[in-house]
Amino acid sequence: MKDALRLDAIDRALIVATQGGLPLVARPYQAIGEQVGIAGDEVMRRLQAMLESGVIRRIGAVPNHYAIGWTANGMTVWDVPDVRVDELGARVGALDFVTHCYRRPRALPDWPYNLFAMVHGSSRDEVRDKAAQIAELLGADCRARDVLFSTRILKKTGLRI
Amino acid sequence: MLEIDAVDRQIIDKLQGDFPLCERPYAAAAERLGITEDELLVRLQRLLDARVLTRFGPMVQIERMGGAFVLAALAVPEARYDEVTALVNALPQVAHNYRREHALNMWFVLATETPAGIAEAVARIEADTGLPVFAFPKEREYFVEMKLAARA
Repeated sequence: MKDALRLDAIDRALIVATQGGLPLVARPYQAIGEQVGIAGDEVMRRLQAMLESGVIRRIGAVPNHYAIGWTANGMTVWDVPDVRVDELGARVGALDFVTHCYRRPRALPDWPYNLFAMVHGSSRDEVRDKAAQIAELLGADCRARDVLFSTRILKKTGLRI
Repeated sequence: MLEIDAVDRQIIDKLQGDFPLCERPYAAAAERLGITEDELLVRLQRLLDARVLTRFGPMVQIERMGGAFVLAALAVPEARYDEVTALVNALPQVAHNYRREHALNMWFVLATETPAGIAEAVARIEADTGLPVFAFPKEREYFVEMKLAARA
């Protein structure tokens, strides 16, 4: 992770003004500029700079994955040896069907897992098949595993600062 | 649930990133999709109203601005599930929240502008619900690219 960037008050105001979404009007950047007190061109320049620095990952549509056919959503979790987790995590993250892959701390004794990989499918069987491919990749390094299927989105507003 | 047609699928698939930065970005994006600016605006509003899209706009990586994201979980007694959901969702720091099938049956992401904000949010949830929060801060990110094509 690179060092965090210092954003000025206007950048922050732009994030606050757009975190609920871009205005659905012909000239959205101009509309945001009017709200924040800068020109539309300056809004675009600053958004571009934040995209380049990684403060903004991307600009676009955030789908509800259930509504677009990805009705089975499984958080697959794995207990692998600490000395192997980085190499294995990189390989699991490189699988084309894994959308997120992280190393996280265990919470013993309740939670022995240190590797998390999100997997989506149109059915639970599809997710289980994908989890089986991860298990195969991990081989003997997989000491314990589970899949936690989501059954309901309770909230999905995204970031609010 | 709203029926989505081929044009909606194109919108969902093609507009998950790279939205233009120009004076009339919807017109530019609509041209790439072969529809008019007005049609794109109407369809986006409809997809948002129907919750097919949860948002249309910038996705902020709060860690790049000095903040923190943390995945956290609760083991919520079934009889208290709705009450605890309301308490947890009431915090603006809770960016999203999912019910999952496990003893840890509520999984949410905290996003705060400062790292200290995470501890405050965790303490608040523990005080409000009386339940211990299991926090799983990420130690390493191997891959993140949440772009799924429309299958429906």
